[in-house]
Amino acid sequence: MKRAFPILAAVTALLLAYAFYEAIWVAPMERTMGDVQRIFYYHVPSAWTAFLLFFVNLIASVIYLVRRNAKADAVALVTGEVGVVFCTVVLVTGPIWARPVWGIWWTWDIRLTTTLVLWLIYVSYLVLRRFSESSQTPKLAAVLAIFGALDVPLVYFSIWFFRTQHPQPVIGGGGSIDPRMLHVLLLNWLAFSCFALLVSWARYRLEMFKREVEEAEALESLLVAGSGAQISKTQIPLSREPQ
Amino acid sequence: MNPAGSIKFLYAAYIATWLIHGLYIGSLIRRYSRLRERKKDLGK
Repeated sequence: MKRAFPILAAVTALLLAYAFYEAIWVAPMERTMGDVQRIFYYHVPSAWTAFLLFFVNLIASVIYLVRRNAKADAVALVTGEVGVVFCTVVLVTGPIWARPVWGIWWTWDIRLTTTLVLWLIYVSYLVLRRFSESSQTPKLAAVLAIFGALDVPLVYFSIWFFRTQHPQPVIGGGGSIDPRMLHVLLLNWLAFSCFALLVSWARYRLEMFKREVEEAEALESLLVAGSGAQISKTQIPLSREPQ
Repeated sequence: MNPAGSIKFLYAAYIATWLIHGLYIGSLIRRYSRLRERKKDLGK
């Protein structure tokens, strides 16, 4: 597993570089929007990746609620956090595209508003996890994550069922796209998905390391405070580096 | 719309994307360094 991480990192870097090249130089220019349309190759894959991460967060949260599995809780935290990063990219690149195309940075359109609400729900999820000291925090966070995940289909299907200023979906829902553009879009999604996997993996290792250090700190406090004063500190199980 | 003028928005979006990811990766590195320090202190 230790060798898999640098291999994935190298493959991801190559994929991202190739996907960037295709997005800037190979994909055909859109007739009305010109080059600004190429923002789409970062905006849409980031949105899909965020949805995927929130879906994994939902599954991990349900597993945690059913089995009280600590690893599932860590996966939920990690995918929630990385999902918020990708959702932030969506909320930043969207207005940058909208300004030259619509003439405004933001409008309270259903797709934009539900995406902002989705981001706020997962930010509140992270705030809860960061600042709550209660032993019930993982359970409360898992329930909040389930509510957050309910917003994902609302975001995705909002442009199918409501009149909206946002462009129609490029796959299904009556939208259409040049096959060369679709190829570049899917390539960028693959690259960003690999990047999300890589970052989530690193974050998961960090989380497990943090839990290990906190456990050791708690044990040391007990040893110092109580009867364990005679026990040598070297007996504290702190030999493992993060996997 | 002026396609030549809109190129700066394309650059801005791509730079913003990598800035956000870069900041997040930087925060992971900082958190890892702090944890290593805490782990070192435990051994003392």
